[in-house]
Amino acid sequence: MINKIFASSEEALADVHDGATILIGGFGSAGLPTHLTDALIAKGARELTVVNNNAGNGEKGLAALMKAGCVRKLICSFPRQVDSWVFDELWRAGKIELELVPQGNLAERIRAAGAGVGAFYTATGFGTELAKGKETRQINGRDYVLEFPIHADFALVAAETGDRWGNLTYRKTARNFGPIMCMAAKTAIAQVHHIVELGSIDPEHVITPGIFVKRVVQVERVAYDPTPAKRGEQRP
Amino acid sequence: MNRYSRNQMAQHVARDIPEGAYVNLGIGMPTLVANHIPADREIVLQSENGLLGMGPAPDAGEEDYDLINAGKQPVTLLPGASFFHHADSFAMMRGGHLDICVLGAFQVAVNGDLANWHTGEPDAMPAVGGAMDLASGAKQVFVMMEHLTKKGESKIVEHCSYPLTGLRCVSRVYTDLATIHITSHGLFVGDFVEGLSLEDLIKLSGVKMQALNN
Repeated sequence: MINKIFASSEEALADVHDGATILIGGFGSAGLPTHLTDALIAKGARELTVVNNNAGNGEKGLAALMKAGCVRKLICSFPRQVDSWVFDELWRAGKIELELVPQGNLAERIRAAGAGVGAFYTATGFGTELAKGKETRQINGRDYVLEFPIHADFALVAAETGDRWGNLTYRKTARNFGPIMCMAAKTAIAQVHHIVELGSIDPEHVITPGIFVKRVVQVERVAYDPTPAKRGEQRP
Repeated sequence: MNRYSRNQMAQHVARDIPEGAYVNLGIGMPTLVANHIPADREIVLQSENGLLGMGPAPDAGEEDYDLINAGKQPVTLLPGASFFHHADSFAMMRGGHLDICVLGAFQVAVNGDLANWHTGEPDAMPAVGGAMDLASGAKQVFVMMEHLTKKGESKIVEHCSYPLTGLRCVSRVYTDLATIHITSHGLFVGDFVEGLSLEDLIKLSGVKMQALNN
């Protein structure tokens, strides 16, 4: 019997190794797998390459992971936010590497990894600093830049409902990077708010088919405070 | 000197968005455009985090923080709205499906080059988000910005000195002084604020422009 359900986030992350590349879902706080990132901090793996759209907020979640010194490199499209001081200070101190990627390239490079695409040409970024040194090609009169996939060892995503085969549904804009990150990692781990019997999710409504998911963990829904965090502030 | 208010600028942009358009409004000033779209015109707003058919901000107490816009503020859904993942969302831009995007800018060049993601200063943290995808992918790129910097320098320039976001992509610029059409034949000024002559505007801008109706 296939059973991808793990009893805890800690068990689901037990084999995360030093130097791993980890895709972490979420756009701002929506879809950020906070239980899994907390378990990743507890696991204590170091020298990680982390891929997320942003660079953490306040001192929780991804920011806490960086503050704990676990992250060597961040691949990200928008690291500059009012409450991303943890990353800002590490970056200025030269303690963390940044690969800045246009957001659509970030998404497409992740998708390409999941779809077995070796590389692709995109018009995004042509003629800009972010395409410097990259191969270019003119196709039908339009200029393109060659971009490579982002493969990962693990993906940590937040979904809404899962079953023991790993089928997932998401909630509203918390879907964001979840589906493509599950495709791009050797081991995709989903935290969900509900685990249901096989067959309970209408096949028409499955967003991520279970083939892309290795592990599912049920977690409590935590109400989050989306206002930018302030330094020294205590948050639940 | 008279200036258009931000809401007037937003009205100018809204006036030029046709019925049926799929539109992405950038973070900051462009967000105001949503408040000025005429009620009888059906326009679909895209939010690049994965939403088409975005509605206005919810009433106090009705916020759902799984339902946010690209600026991470809570929003609502209109009937007909849909959710999708990030690769699909950016395929809407990159695949040329989005009719119009409205962005802020540091500088726009006379050939339509756009600079809006990085000041280029060595200690400035770079951040790009979806700006380059929108600039190169949307069918039309509108810019909303102040006409002059705080030092009084024109933000419409012969060549951008800031790092570029996209090449030859901007077709229209809405500023607090004027609306300017960028074409392969040069810059054409639509409306401009009362009390300013076209000659004054050209002098302030430091680049060649002519009246739209000439």
